[in-house]
Amino acid sequence: MPDVTFKVYRGDAKGGKAVEYAVPISPGMVVLDAIHYIQGYLSPDLAVRWNCKAAKCGSCSAEVNGKPALMCKSRLDSLPIDKPITVYPMKTFPLIKDLVCDVSWNFEVNKKIPPYQPIEKKPKIFQDDVDRVQEFRKCIECFLCQDVCHVLREHEKKAEFVGPRFFVRLAGLEMHPNDGADRSEFMKNTAGIGWCNITKCCTEVCPEEIHITDNAIIPLKERVADRFFDPVRWFFRKLFGTK
Amino acid sequence: MSYETHEHDVLIIGAGGAGLRAAVEAASNNLSVGVVSKSLLGKAHTVMAEGGIAAAMANVDPKDSWQTHFCDTMKGGKFLNNWRMAQLHAQEAPDRIRELEDWGALFDRTPDGEILQRAFGGHTYKRLCHVGDRTGLEMIRTLQDKGVHSGIDVYMELTIFRLFKDGGKIAGAIGYWRKNGEFVVFKVKAIVLATGGGGKAYQITSNSWECTGDGHSLAYEAGAELIDMEFFQFHPTGMVWPPGVRGLLVTEGVRGEGGLLRNNKNERFMQRYDPQRMELSTRDMVSRSIYTEVKEGRGSPHGGVFLDISHLPAERVKKKLPSMYHQFKDLADVDITKEPMEVGPTAHYMMGGVRVDADTGASTISGLFACGEVSGGMHGANRLGGNSLSDLVVFGRRAGAGAAEYARKLAFFPTVDKNELEKAAKDMEAPFQRSGDEDPYQIHRELQESMQGLVGIFRTEGDLKKGISKIEELKQRAAKVAIKGKREYNPGWHLVGDLKSMLTVSEAVAKAALARKESRGAHSRLDYPNLDEKFGKLNVVVSQKNGEMNISTSPVPEMPEELKNLLAENK
Repeated sequence: MPDVTFKVYRGDAKGGKAVEYAVPISPGMVVLDAIHYIQGYLSPDLAVRWNCKAAKCGSCSAEVNGKPALMCKSRLDSLPIDKPITVYPMKTFPLIKDLVCDVSWNFEVNKKIPPYQPIEKKPKIFQDDVDRVQEFRKCIECFLCQDVCHVLREHEKKAEFVGPRFFVRLAGLEMHPNDGADRSEFMKNTAGIGWCNITKCCTEVCPEEIHITDNAIIPLKERVADRFFDPVRWFFRKLFGTK
Repeated sequence: MSYETHEHDVLIIGAGGAGLRAAVEAASNNLSVGVVSKSLLGKAHTVMAEGGIAAAMANVDPKDSWQTHFCDTMKGGKFLNNWRMAQLHAQEAPDRIRELEDWGALFDRTPDGEILQRAFGGHTYKRLCHVGDRTGLEMIRTLQDKGVHSGIDVYMELTIFRLFKDGGKIAGAIGYWRKNGEFVVFKVKAIVLATGGGGKAYQITSNSWECTGDGHSLAYEAGAELIDMEFFQFHPTGMVWPPGVRGLLVTEGVRGEGGLLRNNKNERFMQRYDPQRMELSTRDMVSRSIYTEVKEGRGSPHGGVFLDISHLPAERVKKKLPSMYHQFKDLADVDITKEPMEVGPTAHYMMGGVRVDADTGASTISGLFACGEVSGGMHGANRLGGNSLSDLVVFGRRAGAGAAEYARKLAFFPTVDKNELEKAAKDMEAPFQRSGDEDPYQIHRELQESMQGLVGIFRTEGDLKKGISKIEELKQRAAKVAIKGKREYNPGWHLVGDLKSMLTVSEAVAKAALARKESRGAHSRLDYPNLDEKFGKLNVVVSQKNGEMNISTSPVPEMPEELKNLLAENK
């Protein structure tokens, strides 16, 4: 088989450029294989983050031919290999080096989320309860949804908006059958759920096929709207002091 | 030189299931706890665990009990296990699972709302609690979220490369930040190693880049004893095609859910090797059987055998094995609901590790503790599937408590010697000062090839000796590696450190394998094909003496009468 040209971004916070590498290909090869080939034979200091190489850990996120994707899942036979394949780091996060960005902001956000708070009298849990929440719990934290979200990517609202990944996390907590915390206030004010205008870009890039917009964000938006903007509920709250 | 320095009562090295459970436990004692993670938090190899976590909850098979789980574990380990660890593990696993659910985990359910359990190799009853085939992800997220709200400090993408002692006691550690290559010093009272295994020493492995045996190597260099290093588990079912995914794990859950193994003659070949248990035999047995089928010309087109689950309804396969379905569909163009998978053995798990006290996880060095895959003894000569996830939480908790108790009793922080610190930093920087063309990637490839070919599933004295001399040669060459570029996120430089760990682990595996002149569990010697009663009473011990690797044996701890009787009844 012929060599394929890869244009891989090389550089750090100060700047850089795409560098071309010719890589021999083999059947079933993915972009991460090519990056490993470059590391192993052409440029040992090429920085890349990866762990499992099986689409289970969500470490090898990048932008392949301009599209946010896991490199371990980007098969060459699904890409036009007669042209150079570009591999760039995620744009939404500050660059550390080459394909590695500083994603620590996400871990800071995670710490702020009010944790799981079990209720006193726990009901019996059935498979349907598990299935409903597991859609959110299967997130592998690749942060591709954060990368593609224009509120974070173009408008740089990291201070006001936690991004799709954390609405998935919030949905997992809010819909957990045994959780008793109320996160409406947090979702409205700290998490900034109002910023999301439902363009569904996040859902499109999710490698775990989580229906981020439909199943997580929209129900959470409804929850916040019920809590803060429903006049009937507002009246009852005033009258009886319930939440 | 001055370095970024942090002080912790307890430092946990490793942030997988065992490390996080240990951290939660240590932090509950009101101590200052640091957790060092080689990659980002939540990416540790635990995330790859698929099939389930073993515990005698008796939800599906009411006859199950800790006693049966204990007997299964000992039988699976060919009676070389530390009996006390096997006992604690079987007794405490159900509580640890209930605790995970108390912290927000959600396992699959039986129709009446109990935690569902599935069958696995070597387990008498249906025993594995699971979430589809993503059990490890569920565990690590639960522990991660519990951990970050327990007041622990997490150091992400930081690699430890040396431990320090003061007199005989653990005093600290030095590591580097991946992002900028700067050194970081930890001054501590106690250290818990939870670094996992070292599968990256092999060519075909299910392990991720992190699994380079760092903890085994750190403990060895600090003077601790390692046991059972000759026992390296080859998981029977890794992917064999396409080349880029060779070795990737195919969960035992496939067989647990009813998957069948066939050769190219369409025979269910396990009939020949273990007619009673067939596909649900122990991993050592299934791996040897697959290897033999392939070697004798009855393999699949790409050098494996066929694993078939397509006789089950497609919806059931997608529901119970969702990530297997996607893994094969996305990476190999195989629809497992319609056609068989091709699978073969893959280096998966180290039974061997740091010798520890069963109750506290204490190693033979004061202040050094170990839990999870980096510790030895629990699984004996062969681990049963599902017993690793339970091991992580049972002994993670115990090691965390052990280290906390030790740290509490220590009135002062021991001192890290300045000269030792300087020397460690110098050693780590040395590759930048060297010139020449020794390349760490090339040495790694040669090591993987040698371990695969000479220290693999079947072993002989001749091969092992060749392997040991190759490792010796690679050690010499690794000491001459020259690195170009800067210290910022430089994977070539990082590999120099990882390589050192892998070489230590490889040497220990090969030398211990040479010493055990019998076949037992995962250790199969073609020149000594039978069990030898004499070796059945001995652990092989690896330790450092005067800078050299020393191999000795010590008697397997004697079991109390009541457990002996239990085993006799459960024959």
